[in-house]
Amino acid sequence: MLKLDNIKTYYGNIQALKGISLEVKKGEIICLIGANGAGKSTTLMSISGIEPPRSGSIFLEGIDITGMPAHQIVTMGLSQVPEGRRIFPQLSVLENLDMGAYLRRDKEEQKRDLEYVFDLFPILSQRRNQSGGTLSGGEQQMLAISRALMAKPRILLMDEPSLGLAPIIVQQIFGIITRINKEQGTTIFLVEQNANQALKIADRGYVLQNGMIVKSDTSSALMADEEVKNAYLGV
Amino acid sequence: MKYFLQLVLAGLTKGSIYALIALGYTMVYGIIKLINFAHGEIYMIGAFTALIVGGALQITTGLSPLTILAISLAAAIFFSSGYGVTMEKIAYKPLRNAPRLTALISAIGMSLILQNYVLLAQTSDFLPFRSMIPNFPFLTPGKSLVTTTQLVILITTVVVMVILTLLIKFTRTGKAMRATSQDKVMAQLVGIDINKVITFTFAVGSATAAIGGVLIANHTGQINFYIGFLAGIKAFVAAVLGGIGSIPGAVLGSLVLGMTESFGAGYISSAYEDVFAFIILILILIFKPSGLLGRNEIEKV
Repeated sequence: MLKLDNIKTYYGNIQALKGISLEVKKGEIICLIGANGAGKSTTLMSISGIEPPRSGSIFLEGIDITGMPAHQIVTMGLSQVPEGRRIFPQLSVLENLDMGAYLRRDKEEQKRDLEYVFDLFPILSQRRNQSGGTLSGGEQQMLAISRALMAKPRILLMDEPSLGLAPIIVQQIFGIITRINKEQGTTIFLVEQNANQALKIADRGYVLQNGMIVKSDTSSALMADEEVKNAYLGV
Repeated sequence: MKYFLQLVLAGLTKGSIYALIALGYTMVYGIIKLINFAHGEIYMIGAFTALIVGGALQITTGLSPLTILAISLAAAIFFSSGYGVTMEKIAYKPLRNAPRLTALISAIGMSLILQNYVLLAQTSDFLPFRSMIPNFPFLTPGKSLVTTTQLVILITTVVVMVILTLLIKFTRTGKAMRATSQDKVMAQLVGIDINKVITFTFAVGSATAAIGGVLIANHTGQINFYIGFLAGIKAFVAAVLGGIGSIPGAVLGSLVLGMTESFGAGYISSAYEDVFAFIILILILIFKPSGLLGRNEIEKV
C-alpha cells in the first residue's frame, strides 16, 4: 500500500530523516514509535508532500508520489490527521468536515459519511454549528479524525492522536481507530509517543531514533523487547 | 442641515471607493499575510483601462453611454485582475517562504514599477475622463442632494459587498479561501491547491479595485498615474482601522475613514483633508492595533 524507500528529508541544512525505509500493507495498522524529535512527524509530512524528501522514493499503491504536490497526494486516497489537530478554528464543525470532503463531488455519499462520523463521535453532531476553535482538546481530536475520514481515504496517517488528552478519551480514540480499520478497511499508519497504547492496537511497529529506523517487528515482539520496554514502554 | 447631509453622502461615497480597494488589501493579507502595497496601482490601472477602452468606444461607435460603461468596466476588471495575478506570480510567489519584510519591499518595488510604467506609457498630466454614467432623470442636477454618480457608486459598492460575502461564506472556493487563510498546511492536507486559492484571491481583490477605479474616474472626471498611490495608502489605513484580514472590518473602516475625511474637510479645513486619514492611523495603532473588528491572534495549544 505505502512504501518508503531510503528517504532523506532536510530542514535547511539539518537532516531530519537519515534514510527511512518502511512498508505498510493494505488493511494493516502500523505504528511508528520514537522519542521527541526522532523525526516521526517529519516522516508523515514527507509522505504527505508538505516536506518533500531530498532523496529516496515514496510509493503509494505502486505509484511514485515523491515530490508530488500535497493536494494531489490527497486525491490518491491518502489523508493525514496532523500533530496538534490543526482544526480550522474559525470554521464551524460542519464546515471543517466539509473541508475534509473538499475534493469529493458525490453529495449523497458525503451525507452518508457525515452520518457515519456523527455515529462514531455523537458529540460532534451536537456541536455541529460551533466554531472549531471553541472545542475542547478531545473534541478537536475527534473532529480532526472525522475530517480526515470525510475524504474517504484508503490510508490514514495519524500523528499522535493521544497527545494531551485525558486517559479516558485516549481509550475512546484508540477504540475508534480500530473500529475505522475494521469497518471501513482503512489502512492506518500511526505515529505515537504513547507506545503502550499504540502497540496494543497495531499489527506491526517500527522504532525511530534520530531519523533512522532502528527496529521493526510485530507488535507483540516489540512489546516483549527489553530495549523497547526500557526506552518507550516505561516498565 | 442640507450641508450636513451632503457631507454624509460625500463621506459614504469616498468610503465606498476606499472599501472597494481595502477589500483587496485585507483579502490578500488574510491569505498570505502580505501588505500588497502595489494594490493602489491596480486600482489606477483599472481607471486607465476604462479611459482607453471607453474613450475609444465613445469616439468610434455610437453605443449608448451605459453600454460603453459596461464594456469598459468589464475590460478594467479583466486587465486589473490580469495585472494582479501576474504581480503575484512574479513578485510575491518566489518570496513566499522568505521573511515578510522581503515580500513587503518587493511590493513597494512593484508599486513603483507600475506607477512609472503608466507614467511612461501615458503621461504625467491629468487626463480628462468623460463620465459614462448618464444622469438619472429623477435626480435634478443642483436640486437633489445626491448626484447620479454618487448613487451609482453607493449601489455598486453594496452589490459588490453582498456578492463577495455570499462567495466567501457559502461557495466551495470561499470556504477554501477561509481554510487557507487559517492554516495553509492543513488546507493542503485536505486537498486544497493553495496556489489556485491565492491566484483567485488576487484576481477578486484586483477586480473590486478596478471597479473602484472606474467609478472614481467617473466621479472626479480626471485621472493620472499617481491616483493609486494616495488612494491605496488610505484604503490601507481603512483596512488597518477595521482590522486587517477582516472583510466586514475593511468595509467599516472605509466608511469611518470616508466620513471622517468628509466632515473634517467640511467643518474644519479642506486643506487638511488628507491629514485625517493618517491621524486615524496613528490613533488606531496606539490604542487598538488589532483594529475595530480585528481579532487578537490567540492560539489554542
